[in-house]
Amino acid sequence: MTAGSRLRAWGFVAPAALWTAAFFLLPLAVMALYSLWRRVGMTLVAEPGLANYLAFVEKSFFLESLLNSLEVTLTVTILSILFAYPLAWILAEKVPERFQRLALLAAVLPFWTSYVVRSYSWLLVLSEGGVISTFLLDVGLTQEAVSLANSRTATVIGFVHFFVMLLTLTIYANLVQLPKSYAKAAQDLGAGPVATFVHVVLPLTLPGIMVGAFLTFVLCIGDYITPQILGGAQELLLPQTIMLQIQRRSDFPMASALAMILMAVVTLAYVACARWLKLDRA
Amino acid sequence: MSRTLFGAAAFALAGAVTLGGPLAVGASSAAAEELNALVWCDHTDPALIRPFEEKHGVRVNLKEYEGTGTALALVEQSQPGDWDVFVIDGVDVPRVAEAGLLAELPADELPLDQVFEPVQMRDVTFRDGKMYAIMEKFGYNVVGYDKSKVDPADMRDLSVLWGDKYADRIAVYDYYIPLMNLVALKLGMEPSDISAETLPQIREALFELKDRAAMVGEVVSSTTALATGEADILLGGGEWAVAVMQADNPNLDWVLPDQGGVLWSQSIAIFESSERKELALEFVKYIMSPEGQARLATSDCFWGMPANREAGALLTDAQKAALRWDEQEAFLAKSHRYFIPDAELDAEMLDVWTEFLQR
Repeated sequence: MTAGSRLRAWGFVAPAALWTAAFFLLPLAVMALYSLWRRVGMTLVAEPGLANYLAFVEKSFFLESLLNSLEVTLTVTILSILFAYPLAWILAEKVPERFQRLALLAAVLPFWTSYVVRSYSWLLVLSEGGVISTFLLDVGLTQEAVSLANSRTATVIGFVHFFVMLLTLTIYANLVQLPKSYAKAAQDLGAGPVATFVHVVLPLTLPGIMVGAFLTFVLCIGDYITPQILGGAQELLLPQTIMLQIQRRSDFPMASALAMILMAVVTLAYVACARWLKLDRA
Repeated sequence: MSRTLFGAAAFALAGAVTLGGPLAVGASSAAAEELNALVWCDHTDPALIRPFEEKHGVRVNLKEYEGTGTALALVEQSQPGDWDVFVIDGVDVPRVAEAGLLAELPADELPLDQVFEPVQMRDVTFRDGKMYAIMEKFGYNVVGYDKSKVDPADMRDLSVLWGDKYADRIAVYDYYIPLMNLVALKLGMEPSDISAETLPQIREALFELKDRAAMVGEVVSSTTALATGEADILLGGGEWAVAVMQADNPNLDWVLPDQGGVLWSQSIAIFESSERKELALEFVKYIMSPEGQARLATSDCFWGMPANREAGALLTDAQKAALRWDEQEAFLAKSHRYFIPDAELDAEMLDVWTEFLQR
């Protein structure tokens, strides 16, 4: 590579690198530094220490928040995959090609409404006087009003509704580019539909599943709005605990420490999924 | 293929971020005819703001926030002079004034004497003889309820909520200061009796309450619970929670229990760094005028008692009934201001509240 082409290459990379440095690395460094400071009353004590991280270990509710977040996130991710895969498969295999774009558009329509509005809508649907309870009462399946709102179930439903769309897109993108000849070859070699799916289609669409699952994990574990609106504070997830530190006490150091822990969890999730998150398939 | 894959994910994410994010109105660039105000949601009612804008030919840019901590973070991230007017929790005025964020207000130009006497709170709004804020609205963190589903007489006794009669029918307002104050009243204490020594009692009572609660939620969630029938009682509720919904559901009501109530108050102030102090003062005067007060009291976000009693002449009988105007003297006499702990106790209280939420 000549000096000129090297310079041109750096020219192409520089905007993205500067953007990442300014809006990711720098804020991350500031947050890491803040996490080592302490807030005493209205004063920020800029002396590095591990007090906030020790508090995380010592106060059980912090750890419980993290465990709740992990449980909810894993549940949401698994359920979203289970719902999204058949939907993506129907879109890719059963919907005529000329209608696929329209069907895909319809599938992602909920993305076009505000996230907050959608969460409150779910609250109304799941509450005692909501659509589900009214329906169950009307058809006689229950004698008393049923409420699913203000619970972990409600949080999971709200999340799954959102992330099924995301996963559908990534899995669909994978499925439509899978040559039909692969499945035919498997069938020619004697594989039934189930064996073809398990041994051919599923492994080849794993990158699509994992990309969607990773994005679901990252977005879900860091989300504050959905559990705050739908969870009814029956339990706390880590982002809610972080917000408590900020909104109530302006304790940015503690909030930063909790955010760094959340970041570490996401990093671990990335490491676990990294082999499937390649841009080019091996 | 992979590019399509990531393209699809990027599209989905872009949609989520673009369409799902909150619409924030920040302080716009400084212009002579603009006023930037950090406010609670009741100030965003056009019926309140437009008359001022039209009279003065200005535009008021409003940034709504929840929690003084959030507001202070916004101020910290802004340039000096970005903000002009600050609507702030009454109890937080001393610490914000002490931090030098507030400008002195001309006491002789504001209707302080028309403000209900217990709500004037001169010990809070004055510092070294100078006035830094004026109370504009107040109300109570007490008990809101649906009278078609509960016995209103029961709602006058806080201890009933700790019994089994209304188990799983109670929503709890998610704000630890007034709620712990209410729990103190239920236990026969004054809110100011809360200390490191009495905190275990408060904690135990809170945990007992959680066992009987249908949900714990901030303003919108908890009032939605009451409106949708998810809960029949809102502990910590009051006129602010039910009055705005009474037109749709006349069964919603509120009461101050026999043990007493917790008085909330919000104040209005001007930022020391404001470059439009004259216009900001005109805004404060408008908000404190009987007309401004009547509109603020019945804002479409939440209702509350106008601090200026002269606003009563401009409120309808129905509005006054919803605010329980005629009972204010008795209610104020039985109410306690928010007990504001020192930093150490505050941290302990928040820890207990976090445990309560996590339970």
